[in-house]
Amino acid sequence: MPERTTLRRRVWQSVFPVPIIPRTEQQRRRYFFAHLVLHFRPATVPEKTLKLSLTWGLGGMAAVLVLLQIGTGLLLKFVYEPTATAAYESIRALMTEVPFGLLVRNLHHWCANLLVLVIFLHMMRVFFTGAFHPPRQFNWIIGLLLFGLVLVANLTGYLLPWDQLSFWAITVSTGMLEYIPGIGGELQETIRGGTEIGPATLRIFFAVHTAVVPLALGLLMAFHFWRTRKAGGLVVPRAPKDDPDPDPVRVPAIPNLLVREATVAVVLVAVVMMLSVFFNAPLAEPANPGLSPNPTKAPWYFSGLQEMLLHLHPTFAVFIIPALVAAALVCIPYGNYNQNIDGVWFVSQYGRHTALKTAAAAIVLTPVLIAMDEWMIKPGRWFIDLPPQIGRGLLPTTLLLAVAVGVYRLVKGRTSAFRSEAVQAVFVFFTVTFVVLTITGLWFRGKGMLLVWPW
Amino acid sequence: MKANKMEKKIDKAVDPLERRRSFLTRLWFWLAAVALAELIYLITSFLHPRKPQAGRGEFGAVIEAGAVDRFKPGSVTAFPRGQFYLSRLDDGGFLAVSRTCTHLGCSVPWEEKEKQFACPCHGSIFDISGSVINTPAPRALDIFPVSIENNIVKVDTAVRMKRSVFHKKQAVYPQKI
Repeated sequence: MPERTTLRRRVWQSVFPVPIIPRTEQQRRRYFFAHLVLHFRPATVPEKTLKLSLTWGLGGMAAVLVLLQIGTGLLLKFVYEPTATAAYESIRALMTEVPFGLLVRNLHHWCANLLVLVIFLHMMRVFFTGAFHPPRQFNWIIGLLLFGLVLVANLTGYLLPWDQLSFWAITVSTGMLEYIPGIGGELQETIRGGTEIGPATLRIFFAVHTAVVPLALGLLMAFHFWRTRKAGGLVVPRAPKDDPDPDPVRVPAIPNLLVREATVAVVLVAVVMMLSVFFNAPLAEPANPGLSPNPTKAPWYFSGLQEMLLHLHPTFAVFIIPALVAAALVCIPYGNYNQNIDGVWFVSQYGRHTALKTAAAAIVLTPVLIAMDEWMIKPGRWFIDLPPQIGRGLLPTTLLLAVAVGVYRLVKGRTSAFRSEAVQAVFVFFTVTFVVLTITGLWFRGKGMLLVWPW
Repeated sequence: MKANKMEKKIDKAVDPLERRRSFLTRLWFWLAAVALAELIYLITSFLHPRKPQAGRGEFGAVIEAGAVDRFKPGSVTAFPRGQFYLSRLDDGGFLAVSRTCTHLGCSVPWEEKEKQFACPCHGSIFDISGSVINTPAPRALDIFPVSIENNIVKVDTAVRMKRSVFHKKQAVYPQKI
């Protein structure tokens, strides 16, 4: 004989079969299975992985930022008009007429930029704690794809306001595609929807930005989280001299993990809110295809690439070197490393020293090379007799590869015992070089792309 | 073990039911491949850019620049709607130079004082004929075909001609009467 219940209670129980706030230990354990969103998470987590100094909450931050982007993006979609004639005016209306329109636009802008930064830092964290070794190899690849998708989202979103800033940044960015051998011209025309930036480009970018990217991002994120769970959670942090713990102490994820994640999320939202209140997203004059502003700069996450373009032959700067870097990143987890370094920051004591030294070398060497090219090689017309593909392409690229091999050899020594440290040193060298290039392009380039002091 | 496999293979080949089944399986596979090819074709045809129709006097159409005498030797006249500059060289030849920088596609303004095209994006500099004076631009500015009919200069902006440097035969000269 079923228990007699009220209608209200029957309806409630059909929607929420388990208590909303778990009170007992058993309820907490069941909580994850009974809830759609939370069933991504494990019921228990290794206690040591809860430490902030392992993850810095970066992965969680990225997820929160993506959620904020979906929320603010959906709101913006109701105001924005994706046509070349009306886009700029609709942004103006959004900023001046729609209540909180300015704030929502600012939030979308700041979350997008922070997302690039947070994902970059997350990638650094994963690399430097050795979290790309089996069983997490493929999750590193998924992470790279996610990074690529976020860059696509940022770049496609950059065009939408249809102002001078977006028009010329996208002109230059898509102009780079022409230098890809063979398919470059075709690819460029497909992405632009014609030979130049126009209404068709806006239509394509809007479709990619608001449909293709969110869908792919959602699917890949689910995949990313699922693989993390399948790997048994995060790497367990340990000191270089400790052996890996096969059976770490586990604690319930509720409340231990959930409370920490919620704290990071709340602090992050507060920071983004502050940024959006005090700093407006830029909006320049309406797009004018006849007038390139001086200087025309790429978005900040491409200013490293832009800096390379000033020094190298375009085919090398936009195709060969990026292709080599992408291939190297994909190959990182599949190297033959004969030591278990999961959870150790910077591999070992030796790894810490070598990483620090290579970083210092790159910090000194990169500005010196930039200055040399600017004030000696270019005005002195060195290599002017060589074809530019060799003098400003093959020659510097070979030099770069020689440096990579040199750093690798130097750190590895004669044995294969230090292979992880050597790979790390090469990674550090190029990452720091890229960061220095980005900073140079961002703050040390002025009118006519000449070197200037930012103050 | 090996013999066992062999036996099975022979059985498969002989048994008409098994043969029919494997044929159908293969058929499914090929049908799936065809469907995939169709899907790819569909997607590429959706993504393929369509040629826009150029209006009168707009970029993509033949543009009447004006009478020959309007342009002095050594002068450059901008045609913003046609996206080109009409350069008249010192020897009287005409050249319709594209305003798009060959490096990464910025619009290059003409600097009257220095008599040069200077790209604001990455600092490339071109002379009046569009030849590169200063890199990083890899080649001279593109040109459009110029024709002179009844002393009127016309430029066909539908045809973009790439070139590495300026040659004298690229310029068009008015006929001496």
